[in-house]
Amino acid sequence: MSERVLMKGNEAMAEAAIRAGCRHFFGYPITPQTEVAAYMSKKMPKIGGTYLQAESEIAAINMVLGAASAGVRAMTSSSSPGISLKTEGISYIAGSDLPCLIVNVERGGPGLGGIQPAQSDYWQATRALGHGDFHVLVFAPSTVQEVVDLVFLAYDLAEKYRMPAMLLSDGLLGQMMEPVSFPEPVEKFIEKPWATNGHQNKRPHNIVNSLYLAPDELERTVVERFARYAKVEETEQRCQEYLCDDADYIIVAFGATSRVSQSAVDTLRARGVKAGLLRPVTLWPFPKDAIRSHIPHVKGFLSVEMNMGQMVDDIRLTVEGKVPVEFFGRTGGVIPRPAEVVEKVLTMAGGDR
Amino acid sequence: MAMVYEKSKMLTDAPLHYCPGCTHGIIHKLVAESLEELEAGGRAVGVAPVGCSVMAYNYFSCDMVEAPHGRAPAIATGLKRALPDGVIFTYQGDGDLAAIGTAETVHAATRGENITVIFVNNAIYGMTGGQMAPTTLPGQVTQTTPYGRDVTKAGFPVRVCEMLSTLSGVAYAERVSVDTVPNIRKAKAAIKKAFETQIAGKGFSIVEVLSTCPTNWGLTPVEALQWLRDNMIPYYPLGVYQDRTANEKGVF
Amino acid sequence: MARAIIDEKICKGCGLCVSVCPKKILRLAACRMNDKGYNPAEVTDQAACIGCAMCGIICPDSAITVEK
Repeated sequence: MSERVLMKGNEAMAEAAIRAGCRHFFGYPITPQTEVAAYMSKKMPKIGGTYLQAESEIAAINMVLGAASAGVRAMTSSSSPGISLKTEGISYIAGSDLPCLIVNVERGGPGLGGIQPAQSDYWQATRALGHGDFHVLVFAPSTVQEVVDLVFLAYDLAEKYRMPAMLLSDGLLGQMMEPVSFPEPVEKFIEKPWATNGHQNKRPHNIVNSLYLAPDELERTVVERFARYAKVEETEQRCQEYLCDDADYIIVAFGATSRVSQSAVDTLRARGVKAGLLRPVTLWPFPKDAIRSHIPHVKGFLSVEMNMGQMVDDIRLTVEGKVPVEFFGRTGGVIPRPAEVVEKVLTMAGGDR
Repeated sequence: MAMVYEKSKMLTDAPLHYCPGCTHGIIHKLVAESLEELEAGGRAVGVAPVGCSVMAYNYFSCDMVEAPHGRAPAIATGLKRALPDGVIFTYQGDGDLAAIGTAETVHAATRGENITVIFVNNAIYGMTGGQMAPTTLPGQVTQTTPYGRDVTKAGFPVRVCEMLSTLSGVAYAERVSVDTVPNIRKAKAAIKKAFETQIAGKGFSIVEVLSTCPTNWGLTPVEALQWLRDNMIPYYPLGVYQDRTANEKGVF
Repeated sequence: MARAIIDEKICKGCGLCVSVCPKKILRLAACRMNDKGYNPAEVTDQAACIGCAMCGIICPDSAITVEK
């Protein structure tokens, strides 16, 4: 590990990607992810890497597809409206079984929305990053250090399972400065015998493709991919728990809202309410096992999000009606205050204490 | 007896799915023969489009990537940046390159992206059954211009080589045709030169190949070649539209 | 001495080779179909072939090999 330095979330993310072996960044300017591209444009030329400002988000994600086909660690970053444009390419990347890293520094929506932090792309990230049957690994850091750590993990798992990975950050985390230390640079990468990097007349030609005209062939391919997804769901769920073991009420929150929620938990505990926080680190695969493990002792779950209630769907699907699941959120770039969250939990608990 | 003409080893044994007399097959051969003669097959990566030639990845024996509709130049860009010594080409039709992929084409060209684009212009969307393409001629009847392309409503065809020739990143742009054997020979020379341009690192190269679609034009393959001569060549004159290959550094 | 060898299994009977042969020694078989259902091209007078390879060059399906 390097010594600790004070860095902005977006810049730390870019530095982490470089240390994780990314030498190919393709992007298009959009607020609030600008620092990622700016950092890459400064660093990449000095280390023999590629920073390329594409003509569109669509072109950028397809450049990622091309570079990933060649077997290198490629990356693009954007913010909500830009991610919508990338969904075509993400679907093709998933359909071609290519690993890559896609960053969404979320802002409010729909449409042009706003430029303040939001989590209103949860549904998009976990369900709708393009047409067709597929999943993307989705990581939700809550500190700048975790941004760094998850970039490394995202590349490793994307390559292990041959699927795209998304880091879901937000304007708050992207702009915030915190001390971080970086893992040692990655120098050894896994073999990619499938890469279209020129066969040098030494092997049959490789094809990167998502087209299967025969229905049975397409079905077989998708089913095989879903067998891989099942393995991911079984082994890669990640979350962090805070005071959950004896909790009557568990707040489920990811990213920036988890920080707000942790303050709320402390306040609630001080007021005699046994509250806890379960913070999903992976949004897909969703940490169902951890949530389920608490069903026997909790009186209710509360999903706290910066949107109108999206992750709450996954909690309800996990809890299957066994205990109440409620939602509290602010949207449009408004960050929930701890006091609002405390109030909501107190209401669930049956009044003030 | 000596071999005078045989199938290129840069083509696989897969039978082509194209309609009888479709000139895609001829153009595939020219690309394959050029790569073979330049001994570039081992480091070549081709990008197939969406359109009739979507399954080109099955036909070329080099590594191949299949692109979303119109995005081939962006994918080729990613490949080339990752494989600077690779010989990277796209093979695209007119709808792919000059409609849905216009931005990717123009910007790869203006960046001087060191890739080769093989642009097959047959003035129609073939795979979807013969709709108006960006290159459909004024007055030409297609499924979606049943009364002929009315330029007051549907606008004018795009002349790709002329348009791209204005960009500083274009090292080599030539329009050729495959309607006769002499023209096929010239087309081959152009394609080979385009690959040589890339191998020498001189910038973006494109060869536009006027091609036929007998099925959707409603003509026999031989009549289609005549239609190309009579209608397409006057609107899309053959020739070199940009050539900066004499410069030692090409476009840069 | 030259000859054009047509792989009838691959031929789609498009007739482009017939249209360019300078010696007019190619035709589409009138009463014969290949497995694909096409009338394949055939050489009517192999001895007259000059090995110019124009048939091979224009064949979209690489069905023709020319020797000389």
